[in-house]
Amino acid sequence: MKTVGYILQRLLYGAVIVIAVLVLNFLLLRLAPGDIADTLAVQAGGATQEQITEIRRSLGLDRGVAVQLAAYLGQMLKGNMGTSLYYNQPVLQLIQDRIPATLALVITALLLAIFVGTLLGVSAARNPRGWISNLVTVLSLVGFSAPVFWSGIMMLIAFAYWIPLFPASGMYDVGAPATGFMAFAQILHHLVLPAVSLMLVYLAQYSRQARASMLDVLGADYVRTARAKGLAERVVIYKHALKNALIPVVTLAGLQFSQALAGAVLVETVFNWPGLGRLALDAVLNRDFPLLLGILFVSAVLVVIVNIITDFSYRLLDPRIRSAG
Amino acid sequence: MNSGWRLFVANKGSVGGALVLCAIMLAALVGPFVYDVLPFDMVSAPMTPPGAELPLGSDYLGRDVLAGILHGARVTLAIGIAATLCTVFIGLTIGAVAGFYGKWVDTLLMRVTEFFQVLPPILLAMVLVGVFGPSITTIILVIGAVSWPSIARLTRAEFLRIKEREYVLAGRAIGAGNLRIMLRIILPNALPPLIVSAALTVGVAILFESGLSFIGLGDPDVISWGYMIGNSRDKMFDSWWAVMFPGLAIFLTVLSLSLIGDGLNDAFNPKLRAR
Repeated sequence: MKTVGYILQRLLYGAVIVIAVLVLNFLLLRLAPGDIADTLAVQAGGATQEQITEIRRSLGLDRGVAVQLAAYLGQMLKGNMGTSLYYNQPVLQLIQDRIPATLALVITALLLAIFVGTLLGVSAARNPRGWISNLVTVLSLVGFSAPVFWSGIMMLIAFAYWIPLFPASGMYDVGAPATGFMAFAQILHHLVLPAVSLMLVYLAQYSRQARASMLDVLGADYVRTARAKGLAERVVIYKHALKNALIPVVTLAGLQFSQALAGAVLVETVFNWPGLGRLALDAVLNRDFPLLLGILFVSAVLVVIVNIITDFSYRLLDPRIRSAG
Repeated sequence: MNSGWRLFVANKGSVGGALVLCAIMLAALVGPFVYDVLPFDMVSAPMTPPGAELPLGSDYLGRDVLAGILHGARVTLAIGIAATLCTVFIGLTIGAVAGFYGKWVDTLLMRVTEFFQVLPPILLAMVLVGVFGPSITTIILVIGAVSWPSIARLTRAEFLRIKEREYVLAGRAIGAGNLRIMLRIILPNALPPLIVSAALTVGVAILFESGLSFIGLGDPDVISWGYMIGNSRDKMFDSWWAVMFPGLAIFLTVLSLSLIGDGLNDAFNPKLRAR
């Protein structure tokens, strides 16, 4: 029962945040230079003052702010996120088309970073003065300090131009459409460089976090007990200690999902990866505010969902949190 | 404090970082006078490789890369520092009020903080720059507006910890008001972790500004490192030097700031050092 109550509470809280994002979006839309009626008039090739007034009235822009806000919330929650000024297509449709590419990039990068980072961190913790430990220290400094768009470009020059192993841009081979498994292989081939550049930022932090929490866990009583029972060191580390050492890493990955989405904006720009970030950049350059705010809203919803999943998953990993919650 | 400084000076990494940062600041201050070339001037054939004529080569418009880096250093460092001041001011105010007053004030402010952490920072910054237009002032305020939550959380935690101390009670006993207690008694004791965090925030702000300029949302009237990379991106295979050197400048600056931050952390947070 406790768990059900907790889940409901989390979902309710998520819903409140989503509505708060919508209110912020509405305020930003009103702040945006020139209202939508002006923009439509310009697109139509100019309009008289009466026509603009007529557009305003038809869009409800002549009513009070509260009425407009209520109408906006209603429309957004129904899934009607408006029409892109530049593409002249429903915002929701444009976003839906781009979400899979962004999720593929971000999730691949984060999973890679968690996997490699944990391996590095655990090896470093087992031998705090060894070369892997030093590597983790250097990696974490480099990963934090190198701008992700720059390391992406450096990798492009190195591995797409000097040693042409990987394609330089996009998601599919140009002029060689494929289906089924071949299409999947093409996407993977295109995904390597962007995913690795985005991974480097997080690899550093996760290996550092994994090292710190593994060192903590290795000093715990239950690890000493496991060793005293005569279990092999490998079993102690990977079966007993790792599970608890992973919790902070998973939490960090979940909490950083919004930053990873932000990083994807830059990486997608470098590699012309056809995701939400690329779409957002086009939207801001075209001054397409309905589309841009739609992307901000959808990203925030994704982050809320990921935060809730993270929260539940570490309750699964650690029974102590479950009973205390 | 003295033992702290001794520890900082004993840390080779942080001393190295401090020296590199000093060199970069010196280059920003006097570089443009010593190397007398304007960054937007076309001074050579397009895409001249690094060599005797131009130490770091020129970009696809024949603009001197070294001149760009020297002039860009001023802009990048100035924005980084100003944006950090802005971030720390917002984060400190919100965190201090939340931690000091507690109860519903704390709950409300922490909910607002969490709300800002849900919005992907660059996307929110893109919206804000789109709405208010790209100028140096907007960019500084925008970076402050999207990066304050971590400082606010840290400040709140410190204020929560310190406000129960006896010397705070003593301060109250001699009749100090809330503002005086917050500013004169709690804040000085909360400073060490905040200083470390501020040093790292300068690096983050520089990365942020570079990212915005890279995608073309920087102030179009000034040259910055991120702008140089974004501008030469389409010609990166033919003139790698025009993207590599500005990026190296960002990398070295942020690296030296994080080395300094690490050193300060080891020196002033002895509890963390034990780990």
